[in-house]
Amino acid sequence: MSTASQAVDVATARPRVRPLRWVAGAVLLVLAAQFAWFLVTNPRFAWPVVGTYLFDPNILRGLGMSLLLTVIGMVLGSVLGVLLAAGRLSGFTPVAWACGVYVAVFRGVPPLVQLIFWFNLGYLLPRISLGVPFGPTFVSWPTNSVISSLTAAIIGLTLHEAAYMAEIVRAGILAVDGGQRDAARAMGFTAGQSFVKVVLPQAMRVIVPPTGSQFISLLKGTSLVSVIAMADLLYSVQVIYNRTYEIVPLLIVACAWYLAVVTVLSLGQRRLERHFGKGQR
Amino acid sequence: MSGTPVLRIQDVRKRFGDHQALDGVSLDVHEGEVVTVIGPSGSGKSTLVRCVHQLESIDGGAMYLDGELLGYELRGGHLRPLPDRRVAAQRGRMGMVFQQFNLFPHWNVLRNVVEAQVAVHGRKPEEAREQALRLLERVGLAGRADAHPRMLSGGQQQRVAIARALATHPRIMLFDEPTSALDPELVDEVLRVVLDLARGGMTMIIVTHEMSFAREVADRCVFMEAGRVVETGTPEEIFDNPVSPRLRAFLSRFSGRAASDEHAPGSGRMAQTPDERVLEEETTS
Repeated sequence: MSTASQAVDVATARPRVRPLRWVAGAVLLVLAAQFAWFLVTNPRFAWPVVGTYLFDPNILRGLGMSLLLTVIGMVLGSVLGVLLAAGRLSGFTPVAWACGVYVAVFRGVPPLVQLIFWFNLGYLLPRISLGVPFGPTFVSWPTNSVISSLTAAIIGLTLHEAAYMAEIVRAGILAVDGGQRDAARAMGFTAGQSFVKVVLPQAMRVIVPPTGSQFISLLKGTSLVSVIAMADLLYSVQVIYNRTYEIVPLLIVACAWYLAVVTVLSLGQRRLERHFGKGQR
Repeated sequence: MSGTPVLRIQDVRKRFGDHQALDGVSLDVHEGEVVTVIGPSGSGKSTLVRCVHQLESIDGGAMYLDGELLGYELRGGHLRPLPDRRVAAQRGRMGMVFQQFNLFPHWNVLRNVVEAQVAVHGRKPEEAREQALRLLERVGLAGRADAHPRMLSGGQQQRVAIARALATHPRIMLFDEPTSALDPELVDEVLRVVLDLARGGMTMIIVTHEMSFAREVADRCVFMEAGRVVETGTPEEIFDNPVSPRLRAFLSRFSGRAASDEHAPGSGRMAQTPDERVLEEETTS
C-alpha cells in the first residue's frame, strides 16, 4: 500500500540478476583456456613447420589455382545459371521442362562424383566430334586429350554451380513485384530492357546473399578436385605431407588459407548486400 | 468529333479462365477528350485499360491507336501478333498510371522520369533531364528530384508516376484507379494534377471510384458492368438522368455510402461531401 503511493522511478532500478550468465561465462573461459593450452603445449602441432610452409611457393601456387577455379566456376556457373533461370521462367514448356531436369540432375549428383565422372568421360565417349547430328562428322578429337584434370574440374564445378545459381536467380526474379514488370513494359521498354534495367537490379537484393554463400562453398568445394590430381591448395599440401609425414601442420596451413580467403569474401559479401539493399524498404 | 479517333476499341473480348472480363466492349476516344470509366469492382474497367496498353492480351475484337492496329499486323492475308519490339514501341506511345504507382524503387525520382525518354525514345540525356524537371515542377515536386520513391508519400509517388508517364509525350494517358491505394487525405493532390492535365487538352481514359471527380473531369462518362459498357453519355446524362436501372442502382448505392460516411466519427476527408471537395480543388488550382 505504501509503495503504491510513494514516487517510484524505474530509472533508479539496478540491473537484473542473471546467475546463469555467470556460469556460462565461466564455462566458456575454462574451455578457451584449455584449448589454448592444448594448442601451445602439444608438440605435434609443430608450429615452426606451419610457419615454414605457410608461404611456400608450392602452397601459394595451389592457393592461386583454388582461387582461379572458384572464380571460373562462379562466373561460368552464374552465366549458365541465369540462362537456366530464364529458361525455367520462359512460357515455352519444353524449354522450362528441360531446364528443370538439368537443375534436378546436377543438384542431385554429389560434386565429387561429377568430377570423377567428367575426368573419366573418355571411357563413355572415346572421341568428341563436331558435325551434323546423325550425319557426317567434320572434326573430332580423342576425349582424353580434351579432358585434362583442369577441364574436368572446370566442367564439373561449373555445371554443379549453375544448377544452384539457376535456383537462386529464379527465386530473385520471382521476388520482384509484378507491378514493376507492368510498369517497365508500360514505359515502352522491350522485354530485354525491362529485365536488365528494372527486374534484375531489384532481384539482386534477393540474389546476392545466397550467391555470396555459394562463392564461399565453391571455394571450399574446389578441394574436391585434389582427387583428380588437380594441383589446388589441398593437393599441394598433400604432396608435401606425403613426403614429410607432417600431416597436421600442413593441414593447418591449408585451413589458415581457406579461413583467410573466406573471411575476406564474407566482408565483401556484406558490402555488396548493403549496396544492393539500397532503395528498398 | 471528326476524323480518326486517337483510340478506337472495337468489340473487345477478354476471358480469364471461366470469367468473361470483357464481353464485347467498343469505345472511341477522340483528340483531347477525357473519358471516365465507372462501375462496380470486377466490372472490367481495369482490364479494359490494361488491354489497351497491351499488358493483357485480348481474345477478340480489335484496338487502334491513331488508326494503327494494336498488337497485330496483317501479313500475307493473315493476322499475326507483332514482335515484342514493335509492341513495346506501341506501348511507348501511350502513358499509363497504375493504382500502386509502381515507381522503380532502385532509381531516384529524376531517373524514373528520365529513363524511358532516353532508352525508348532516344532523346539526349540533357534534354530528357530538362523535360523531367519541367514535368516535376508541373506536378508540384520540383524539389524532390533527388529523392528515392520510398521517401515520398503515396500522393507524391503517384504524382511522380504521372510525370513519368507524361515524359514521353503520350498520345493518350490511361489511369487505372489512380487514387484507390492512397490515404484519403492524399487523394486531392493527385486529382488536382489530373484535372490540370484535362484542362490542358490531354486525351485520357480514367478508371476511377471517385464519383464526383469522374463527373467533374469528364467530357464523356462510361458505366461498365459485367464486362460490358452499359451506358455512356455526358456526365450530366450519366449522373443526373441515368437511363438503365443498373446504373441507377449503382449510383444510389454510391451516394448511400457517401451519406453514411458523413456520420462516421473521425473520418477526416469523408466528412465532406464529394461536391464540396471539387469546389475546393477549383479554388486552389
